[in-house]
Amino acid sequence: MKPSILILHASGVNRDAEAAHACELAGGAPEIVHINQLRCGERKLTDYPMLLLPGGFSYGDALGAGVRLALDLQVYFHDQLHDFIDRGRLVLGICNGFQALVKAGVLPGVRADRSAAGLRPIEEMALRRVTLTENASGRFECRWVHLAVNRRAKASFLRAIEDLIFCPVAHGEGNFQVKDAEMLAEIEQEGLVTFRYVDAEGRPANGVYPLNPNGSVADIAGICNRRGNVVGLMPHPEDHILPIQNPLGRAGQLGLTIFRAMVAAL
Amino acid sequence: MTVRVEVRSIHPTAGQHIVREAAKLGVYGVKRCEVVRLYFLERDPGDEAVERLCRLLLADPVTDVWRIVREAGVVAPKPPMLGTQALHVIEVAFRPGVTDVPARELRRSMAEIGLPDCETATGVRYELEGELTEAELRRLAQLLLCNETVQHFALGEIAVHFGHETMAGERVEIIPVRDLDDAALQALSKARLLSLDLDEMRVIQRHYMELGRDPTDVELETLAQTWSEHCVHKTFKARVEFIHRNADGSVRSQETIDGLIHRYLRAATDAVRPEWLRSAFVDNAGIIAFDDQYDLAFKVETHNHPSALEPFGGANTGVGGVVRDIIGVSARPIATTNVLCFGPQDFPYGQLPEGVLHPARIAEGVIAGIGDYGNKLGLPTVNGAILYDEGYLGNPLVFCGCAGLLPHGKHPTRAQKGDLIVVIGGRTGRDGIHGATFSSTELTHETGEIAGSAVQIGDPITEKGLIELVEAARERGLYNAITDCGAGGFSSAIGEMGEALGIDVDLCNAPLKYPGLAPWEIWISEAQERMVLAVPPEKLPKLQQLAELWEVELSVLGRFTGDGDLVVRFNDRVVAQLSMHFLHHGLPRRTLRAEYQEPPPAQPLPEAGVELKFPGMDLNDVLLAMLGHPSIASKEHVVRTYDHEVRGGTIVRPFVGPALDGPADAAVLKPLGTWQHDQAFVLSNGINPLIGRIDPYAMAISAVDEAVRNAVAVGADPDRIAILDNFCWGNPTYPDRLGALVRACQGCYDAALAYRTPFISGKDSLYNEFNGKPIPGTLLISAIGIAPDVRACVTSALKTPGNRLYLLGETKVELGGSLLNALLGEQSGAPPSMPQKPLERYRALHRAMRNGLVRACHDLSEGGLAVAVAEMCIAGRLGAVIHLDALIESADVESLIIPLLFSESNGRLLVEVAETDAVTFEAFFAGQTLTRVGVVVEEPRLSVVVNGAAIIDLQVEQLVKAWKGQ
Repeated sequence: MKPSILILHASGVNRDAEAAHACELAGGAPEIVHINQLRCGERKLTDYPMLLLPGGFSYGDALGAGVRLALDLQVYFHDQLHDFIDRGRLVLGICNGFQALVKAGVLPGVRADRSAAGLRPIEEMALRRVTLTENASGRFECRWVHLAVNRRAKASFLRAIEDLIFCPVAHGEGNFQVKDAEMLAEIEQEGLVTFRYVDAEGRPANGVYPLNPNGSVADIAGICNRRGNVVGLMPHPEDHILPIQNPLGRAGQLGLTIFRAMVAAL
Repeated sequence: MTVRVEVRSIHPTAGQHIVREAAKLGVYGVKRCEVVRLYFLERDPGDEAVERLCRLLLADPVTDVWRIVREAGVVAPKPPMLGTQALHVIEVAFRPGVTDVPARELRRSMAEIGLPDCETATGVRYELEGELTEAELRRLAQLLLCNETVQHFALGEIAVHFGHETMAGERVEIIPVRDLDDAALQALSKARLLSLDLDEMRVIQRHYMELGRDPTDVELETLAQTWSEHCVHKTFKARVEFIHRNADGSVRSQETIDGLIHRYLRAATDAVRPEWLRSAFVDNAGIIAFDDQYDLAFKVETHNHPSALEPFGGANTGVGGVVRDIIGVSARPIATTNVLCFGPQDFPYGQLPEGVLHPARIAEGVIAGIGDYGNKLGLPTVNGAILYDEGYLGNPLVFCGCAGLLPHGKHPTRAQKGDLIVVIGGRTGRDGIHGATFSSTELTHETGEIAGSAVQIGDPITEKGLIELVEAARERGLYNAITDCGAGGFSSAIGEMGEALGIDVDLCNAPLKYPGLAPWEIWISEAQERMVLAVPPEKLPKLQQLAELWEVELSVLGRFTGDGDLVVRFNDRVVAQLSMHFLHHGLPRRTLRAEYQEPPPAQPLPEAGVELKFPGMDLNDVLLAMLGHPSIASKEHVVRTYDHEVRGGTIVRPFVGPALDGPADAAVLKPLGTWQHDQAFVLSNGINPLIGRIDPYAMAISAVDEAVRNAVAVGADPDRIAILDNFCWGNPTYPDRLGALVRACQGCYDAALAYRTPFISGKDSLYNEFNGKPIPGTLLISAIGIAPDVRACVTSALKTPGNRLYLLGETKVELGGSLLNALLGEQSGAPPSMPQKPLERYRALHRAMRNGLVRACHDLSEGGLAVAVAEMCIAGRLGAVIHLDALIESADVESLIIPLLFSESNGRLLVEVAETDAVTFEAFFAGQTLTRVGVVVEEPRLSVVVNGAAIIDLQVEQLVKAWKGQ
């Protein structure tokens, strides 16, 4: 049976249908579920082996990208979501979904720090030491980028992806930044970086625009949690799932490989 | 007590832009600028609560610092004030009633984290370092940081207005019209912004004399909205007495035209009417067949006057409005387009007329407004153009288009007696009052002051909810009719829907943004993001359930009665009672006078004109200047701020070629949900106001040809292309403006028949004048076509060295209205004309494409052959050699160099074909003019050769640099 994938829709989410298409092609059985259906109990997170938070502008990003959705996750779904993650189920956040996971403190995760400090769960939003902030260019930008998978990433299922990934970014706040050098070192050493911006040959972008389209530190395009089962990235692999979508007209480097790797790991 | 929160980034970037822009305004004293976000709470929830709000929501823990300010003083943490000396402050906030989405979301979030409810507001604080006078600060505020149409500012701490406002509401006035003389009738029309002329006012007066009473304000406003140019297109329906004169002033012909739409636009559609045409002119958007399951809807609107006053909000709501037109035919919006006309971006501030925003500021705001709305809706912005001309200085043009997909036969259009009148979406406020009638007013330097309420800021997330809800309701068959609330608000939407049946509504059921609106204001408000549905009572509960799921507000205003009257109540009290017959058929038809005089016969361009004008300038310089011309140059800095990838179906994008930066002719889109077959569709446009300045008839022919040619260039089937017209013109009550408009309509008719392209929808925006001076009459033709095989689509980028280059079509000496003439400041020359058998030519090219014989294809437009081949080199990063000798047989090549390179004759394309395919390819073009003009070469160098000598010889890198402005 095809594994079911919950694609979470909230007001302003808009890349849900493409994400569903990608999941389908990768062999999953996606279902787009409105956050209100989860809240009222019409659908249950635990009934799905995988959760996908797609791109868009949840609640218009009115208080910063993904912040309002992060608040929803914290206020209404904190225990459910962490239970889901603790069971080792997979979570993928793309663009706005990634922003929401970061802003909620789920990626790379601060729950242990918060418990140790004896604070309420919602304080995870304030304790986080990474963020996605305004692009260095100061503008929303839409362009195709190359990504390389970090072979040492905790999200080990991504190692199945051999090729680079070529897909578009389309965001105004995708600039990955950390609170301090220690945090960056921690992310690097613990294998929490999943994807980096590279050039067409797979060499590091080294912060050079537009290879690194937004000024992210260490060319970081995506990260995972310490267990490796929650992954987030800014670019849109769901927009390159068929060779004909490739603007260079070449085969390969499909974003679909990420969805395949995740479905295979379910 | 009010609480104020200031949040600043520790890596400020936005301020650098302001320092640069200030210098452009001549304010050189700004050394540094910091931008601080402001949030205001009307009631103080206490220290702990506000701190929690800051920590969790308002400030990013990695990048921001915050402080809380109360009247009592500053509360910790202390801000790290970065500068020490001469700090000036300008603070900006919205005026009351203007949509403030962050404030609304803040309020909702406060509830989620358990804070008590209170009114909220937002603002921006600019901290400027440097020696600045108060006059300079005011200049910065007024010209750069604040738009006083929707915002207010303070030099120092601002006092914000919270969402509510108090004004005497509920009052209904009786307007005495029966005793007024002509002058008083006209004065009344002017004072209430009714935009009705004397004849129309007299008809209303007579109607009320017969009724034996005076109208209420609600009735008078309803008539003004319904009879507005915007809603009924009085000019395009008017009888026109047209005199066509020769250049010497003698009468060439004289006729009475029975309405421009009827006689030219609809007539063309009726004459062509292909079997794939589903709906033309009758609904909110035109509809054509896509595949055996789906249809495609397409509509293009203008939002010129609002964009002139408030560029961001005007363009923002322009996109919102056209997207609702598509929702209004039960379609799912899937792509947007936009064409923008601005004044020169480097126009000197000192020469700017009073009351005009600087063209650079207009452009910046419009582009941000379009990106904001389209990106947030999740619609790819895939096609467009930006033109610059002094004629648009006081009156920019903003055309917004939207395409949608709907299952065939699933768009219900007949409200039934007893159906409920249901409004969904945003709340009604005092915003956008008189938009419909304001659009029929010429702009002057005072317009901003008197029509401020006509301008709004959009809320794309509410509109996104409408898209989802309407699609879900359509799938379940929950409504019998649907329309959007556009110009005229409820009065037009409900009035039109109920034309045949009659309606009875109670305005106190309309959800309001704030209390205090008079009934007439509720009734005509053009507040954004609202749709009206006719819902059978038994289906209401299901619709309510869906609305709740999608978080869309829904309310029942009334019902369709069947008695043929329009009855509007407020708390049961009748505030308007009008017969639908008078409302929809009482408007007297106008008779207008139009005159057109042909321009003097074209003078041939003086030989070696370039030499005369710019001694020492060679053709290399001319070509580079053309590539760098603002209207030709790359628009990448703009287009990249629009998401053109969302929905995963953009196959030919705005940028093509190996560096992903070459210009595309048109967009090819594959709708999500139709990947089971290979059919796609194409969006393109044609616009050339420079030609219109010489000859509006030629402009229309050229615009249709350009739109069709661009669509065919990427792979559209020329037998499955439909077009839309958008006329932006001056005041049509002047015979010269209207005469030119008649000629453009005649061109539309002739071109539509020649290309067999039906008009499926159109829109006119008239009265585009500033202080009595009209814009250049501008016609935009937008095309939607079917590409039968998405895998056979073609781009403009050169592909393989050694391939042949063919020029399809005849080059005539047609430099009138050309880019070359614009550069030379020349008026002479014949404008482009209708090509020979254009449809046969495009059919042949399409067959060759379907057979896989075309490797690259690019149309010839502004700048002619020279610019077209340069653009193909840029896109492909390959070189080309062009032999002009191949294009003419006479020995007199030399004298024809200029027209061969730069003439803008219609119907021409450059085509790249593999050597091995050449014979097969040529066989498709029997009877057509097809010339082998050159070859693609490996060395990245463009050479144009005449008699063995290179007259143009440039590195591709030079072309790229000129085109990209590097």
